Amino acid sequence: MSRARADEDEYWHSSKCRAFTFDDDDDELCQLKESKRAVNSLRDIVDDDDDLERVSWSGEPVGSISWSIKETASSSVSPPEGSLQKGSSSYAALPKQASSYSLSSFFKGRNKLGSFQSLSDALSDAGVKSYAPELRRPKADYKDYSSDWSPKDTVRRMQRGKVCSLERFRSLQEKLMLLDEAVAVHDGNVITAVLIFLKRTLKKEILFRELEVRQVALRHLIHFLRESEEQKLLLDLFRFLDRTEEVALSQYREHLNIQDADKRKEFLKGCIGLPFSAEDAAHVQDHYTLLERQIIIEGTFSSPTNLKKTFKIPDKQYVLTALAARAKLRAWHDVDALFTTKNWLGYTKKRAPIGFHRVVEVLQRNNAPVQVVQEYVRLVEDVDTRLNLATKYKCHDVVIDTYRDLKDRIQLLAYRCKVERGSSEEDKIDSILSNSQIRWKN
Amino acid sequence: MASPGRRDAPEPPDFAVLKRLARDQLVYLLEQLPGRKDLFIDADLMSPLDRIANVSLLKQHEVDKLYKVENKPVVSTSDQLCFLVRPRIRNVKYVADVVHADKAAGRSRKYKIIFSPQKFYVCEMVLEEEGIYGDVTCDEWSFYLLPLDDDLISMELPEFFRDYFLEGDHRWINTVARALQLLSSLYGPFAKTYGIGRCAKMAYELWRELEEEVEGDSQARRPEIGHIFFVDRDMDYVTALCSQVVYEGLVDDTFRIKCGSVDFGPDITSGDRSIKLLLNAQDKVFAEIRNEHFTNVFGFLSQKARNLQAQYDRRRGMDIKQMKNFVSQELKGLKQEHRLLSLHIGACESIMKKKTKQDFQELIKTEHSLLEGFDIRESASFIEEHIDRQVSPIESLRLMCLLSITENGLIPKDYRSLKTQYLQSYGPEHLLTFHNLKRIGLLTEQSPGETFTAVESKVSRLVTDRAAGKLTDAFNSLARKSNFRGISKKLGLIPRVDGEYNLKMPRDMAYVFSGAYVPLSCKIIEQVLERRSWLGLEEVVRLLNGNEFAVTDPAVEDNPTWESQRVILVVFLGGCTFSEISALRFLGKEKVAETVPDCPLARGEAKDPALPPSD
Repeated sequence: MSRARADEDEYWHSSKCRAFTFDDDDDELCQLKESKRAVNSLRDIVDDDDDLERVSWSGEPVGSISWSIKETASSSVSPPEGSLQKGSSSYAALPKQASSYSLSSFFKGRNKLGSFQSLSDALSDAGVKSYAPELRRPKADYKDYSSDWSPKDTVRRMQRGKVCSLERFRSLQEKLMLLDEAVAVHDGNVITAVLIFLKRTLKKEILFRELEVRQVALRHLIHFLRESEEQKLLLDLFRFLDRTEEVALSQYREHLNIQDADKRKEFLKGCIGLPFSAEDAAHVQDHYTLLERQIIIEGTFSSPTNLKKTFKIPDKQYVLTALAARAKLRAWHDVDALFTTKNWLGYTKKRAPIGFHRVVEVLQRNNAPVQVVQEYVRLVEDVDTRLNLATKYKCHDVVIDTYRDLKDRIQLLAYRCKVERGSSEEDKIDSILSNSQIRWKN
Repeated sequence: MASPGRRDAPEPPDFAVLKRLARDQLVYLLEQLPGRKDLFIDADLMSPLDRIANVSLLKQHEVDKLYKVENKPVVSTSDQLCFLVRPRIRNVKYVADVVHADKAAGRSRKYKIIFSPQKFYVCEMVLEEEGIYGDVTCDEWSFYLLPLDDDLISMELPEFFRDYFLEGDHRWINTVARALQLLSSLYGPFAKTYGIGRCAKMAYELWRELEEEVEGDSQARRPEIGHIFFVDRDMDYVTALCSQVVYEGLVDDTFRIKCGSVDFGPDITSGDRSIKLLLNAQDKVFAEIRNEHFTNVFGFLSQKARNLQAQYDRRRGMDIKQMKNFVSQELKGLKQEHRLLSLHIGACESIMKKKTKQDFQELIKTEHSLLEGFDIRESASFIEEHIDRQVSPIESLRLMCLLSITENGLIPKDYRSLKTQYLQSYGPEHLLTFHNLKRIGLLTEQSPGETFTAVESKVSRLVTDRAAGKLTDAFNSLARKSNFRGISKKLGLIPRVDGEYNLKMPRDMAYVFSGAYVPLSCKIIEQVLERRSWLGLEEVVRLLNGNEFAVTDPAVEDNPTWESQRVILVVFLGGCTFSEISALRFLGKEKVAETVPDCPLARGEAKDPALPPSD
């Protein structure tokens, strides 16, 4: 499962498949921005709108079907009352494109007659019959209720979409032959049709028993019962098959259809005793407790630490969630408290189970002030990551201190060019550089 | 960015015929209900319909108003209502509600349901049960295939994946077979058919059966497509679970490409409205960057911007006559290019911003570790953190599934703890999602004490042993094991490279994943086409749990000198990703002579097989 650590490092450093960087200050983005400027500068030459396809406010091309439906919807919101609509109301929804209308009436006759001709022109000869669909079935098709089709022929006819009566398959054996035949030709439509017939003409215990040894057909029945919302029969089937977990989950699924919060909660309460797996039972219990809490919203019960305990939320997950929530509210003191631990001597120390680079990321996303961000950038353990973040978020102090600690004179000199002239940062760098106590490594 | 020395892919056949066919049939069906009528359209059919018809065509055939099928009372005043829907129970129930409401109000109208692409028995059963059989007429609109691009066809059936792979429902297999029959009548017959997967096999058999019934003079024609290749999505979930890094894939992951077009919001259009942009070979800017690794795209766009600038600048030194020429001949093209360029630059910017925020680099690093089997502990804790940070419910699941598939299931401790944290981060009702993912085999738990050992390979050998006959349920679930590591080793999916992988001049299909991984699905296709059979791939087939086939049609002359024999139709049952499409396009250009697959794909589903939603 794992190779030697050295191998891995080498792998990532040699990194033949270097994932591309998505950093802001990357060359690529600069390039992109430049291209954008170039293209935008052309805008005044190109008056964007004249010959482009007409687009409505919602972005759909005018005249497209999706667009037209939206128009119908909005026009039907305000009921077409009043004199204006009278007489012509039916056309209100479709934009009348004067020219296309007269044109279309011109084509009307031709289309009706010529549609398939024009096609066969394009297709040389080749079996028009094979793709020209059966649009109108001859009356004769409806007449063969009485004929004596074998199970095989019956399935075949059904496959072609022909109407067939199944009523004459009365013995169990015939019914099952019909089903097996449908399964053998891989046609789900026919399988389900036969199952509907079997369901209607067989006692459910018999049907279930036979399906137990016919897995493909069984899955079709389950799917059909789900789609037609025959929940009771579905549960009976699962019970018969001894699939207790499915019984529980099928019932639990129903809560998704309940809108009212109180009813939903009550329903979930009823789900708690269902035969879930041990693990899922705990989740369902949690789900119920959660809804209960949401409804009560009572100070002490809903305190974050209390919730953490009730739902056994792992440290990392708790910290990330709490951090995001407090940062959003710009409650920097709370953020501070979240990471501050006291040891028994009363000294405080900052600790983050998620790594301080993550903390920085969350703070940054919530536009925390530089001072706050800086404090956490400083705590990032890995030197490279710390330098990266500090540079990215302009935490000059951290950058300078880090280079000082690394005794890296060259980098410090380079950084001096990046800070503002005459700023306190520049002074700081100068004073460090002139400090004779430091043994520079370069 | 065609590189010298590459041979061009063969021209795909003209798929526009498919659109014309669908349009003509729709017109025919509308005329079956003469007079003015209102049309109610299934939301899922709206985008495909938009690609083949427009409002004025519908108006020509006396469609009055258009409505979306949704749970709202119908306000229509028309005497005839026509419903254009997918064959689903709830759609028919919707119609039933309309009819019942009319009856209660003492109103009589004509109703017609047009099912697309076909009608199911269940639909008529609902009509019967609701007591309105006979009040409503039914028809079928055989709109099986929508050409999305010069080399891409789609069935636009996102439910295919869920219905077949999760529910085990075979309802769409017949639809696939009919679609194949249509393709074969237009562009076939095909000299050779390959496939792997249970669904592939069933679809093939059903299709052959349909063909036998109508076998006619079609053999005389010269085929426009040489070979056909069926692949089940569950042969390769790994590829579908990886983050996409070719441009088209990234656009899809970020903005969702739906039915060949994408909605760009105001932040990208730098205007005050969104724009729906068709993404296909007609878009000259897009055509050049769609298959490129994202890192190559910026350079291309900036070059393009400079060229455009230069072309505009030319007009400075022009006299009147030249200016007139410029305006009448070039300006329009330049304007169009300008518009496209600014949209794609905007899209790139937005992708960059989003990915920066999400720690994309670390995510990719984790994915690569999982693919290679390094640092599993570290990856697991990255996933844990991803969940805790609530970055994205879908991405978190995607990572968990990737961990599960590559490792043959999560160890029980990880499974429990990741699941618990997931439910706490994204909502407890997702325990249904977990149940579904387990059923489908995407996210499983190793049974205690079990690792990928000799015991297991013994069992899986047992399972694939044909002589053993019927599989029992227990074996079945074991057989779903992905065996990814074994397959990856056998097929060399992780390229060993010294130095850096050159993404500008890629050597193999691995470029679509930054050089870290060759998509499994595409590798299988490449290998089989190279060998013109499954010979030598027995071990891989065994690890994939079999169901492979290769059939030659003796009636068709397999003449490799025909350009059309180089065109290969790949059918992904259950959907494919844009990364796979790019990889196949690469394969089509790179390999010489016999094995140049082009990649029209019938897509059952768009991108994410990862996520059967919880309901």
